[in-house]
Amino acid sequence: MFDNLDFDVIRRSLPYLFLDGMGFTLMLTGLSALGGLVFGTMIALMRLSSYRLMGRIAGLYVDFMRSLPLVLVIFWFYFLVPYIGQWLTGASRPIRVGAFTSSLVTFIMFEAAYFSEIMRAGIQSISKGQPAAASALGLTYAQSMRYIVLPQAFRNMLPVLLTQTIVLFQDTSLVYVLSIPDFLGAASKVAQRDGRLVEMYLFAALVYFVISCVASYGVRRLQARIAIVR
Amino acid sequence: MIEISHVNKWYGPTFQVLKDCTTSVAKGEVVVVCGPSGSGKSTLIKCVNALEPFQEGQIILDGIKVNDPKTDLPKLRARVGMVFQHFELFPHLRIIENLCLAQEKVLGRSHGEAMAKGEKLLERVGLTVQANKYPAELSGGQQQRVAIARALAMDPIAMLFDEPTSALDPEMISEVLDVMVDLAHEGMTMMVVTHEMGFASKVANRVIFMDKGEIVEDALKTDFFGSPRSERAQQFLSKILSH
Repeated sequence: MFDNLDFDVIRRSLPYLFLDGMGFTLMLTGLSALGGLVFGTMIALMRLSSYRLMGRIAGLYVDFMRSLPLVLVIFWFYFLVPYIGQWLTGASRPIRVGAFTSSLVTFIMFEAAYFSEIMRAGIQSISKGQPAAASALGLTYAQSMRYIVLPQAFRNMLPVLLTQTIVLFQDTSLVYVLSIPDFLGAASKVAQRDGRLVEMYLFAALVYFVISCVASYGVRRLQARIAIVR
Repeated sequence: MIEISHVNKWYGPTFQVLKDCTTSVAKGEVVVVCGPSGSGKSTLIKCVNALEPFQEGQIILDGIKVNDPKTDLPKLRARVGMVFQHFELFPHLRIIENLCLAQEKVLGRSHGEAMAKGEKLLERVGLTVQANKYPAELSGGQQQRVAIARALAMDPIAMLFDEPTSALDPEMISEVLDVMVDLAHEGMTMMVVTHEMGFASKVANRVIFMDKGEIVEDALKTDFFGSPRSERAQQFLSKILSH
């Protein structure tokens, strides 16, 4: 069955696949997770704030992002961001935005919606007595969040946040719709150039599978360790 | 030091938890607040440092009106220590870090100063060896002593205790009460919600008895234990002293 397959194509394209492709994928995953966590935490704080309007706005944002398919958001952003940029800066032409910037902004905004729900659950899991004790010591709301509530929420939610990041790692492959050479995009380019579709897509699947599996295993180990500490 | 006058508080539109509460705690005085559960005593003490809002009346703390929207609450709270029923140590911080955090972030003390103060207070409550442990590694009694030390680290002008021994196993109650008795003897102004009548009879100046959100009795210790005027206080005392 494997007679007419040439797996040497993988060996020949390894540097391109991993240095360029996987490098891009990991960078996009890392930066999106970081940005998503920062914005997600801000959205979570807005949702939990006592200002109704702020909570409503944050809630709408989360619902909106979560009810759109990711591919659609990627597309939309890629074509819309130049025009939004033009509108914001008042330039005469649409602003040129690179595919990387565009996809990074998309993923941060998209992931922020998901991370915000995780952080919201994390913040709500902290007993009311903790912020009360912080307040009683004279800490301001911001200090209480920064030093008491968020570190605990983050630690409690770390396994869930990392699991979401693994999903994000897989989702970044959707940038192929913008013809960006992420790992899948790079594999796909080689596949089409050399006519080795089966080999390359098998290999790409294997790589995603192995990385995700190992990462999930790591998360489970971490979860067990956190459970003991608590 | 603490002036509570005509405080009314409602949860929702109909349920009134505090009814026209008026009392005061003078400098150096130890006042014990007791009463059946649900009588509003914890709520009252939490109103003193504005952890709980109230709708009517006023509380004046060291000359500053607590329920004035212009009051800088964090600054005011930093000057009053509070000890909670469930300790509320910060579980992600070591014991010594629990003692240093607010000193550094609120009072602006240097790390060295805060550490020195923290170590001194840990020694005082007999927990020097536990300094680098996490709260979960300590017993309930030890945690509550740390919580008292954490509050004292801010050099408070008064201390509020909200049922400090209610969540403790019986054999750990005395180690916490000992620390509180010492504090009282040093002249600390204290408002203590507790059922520990032994503590009350030992160090309290006055005892306040609350029931259904009202201050039913506010009497000198000797009068209270000698002959409480109200029937409800008599019943309460006979119930908790009979066993």
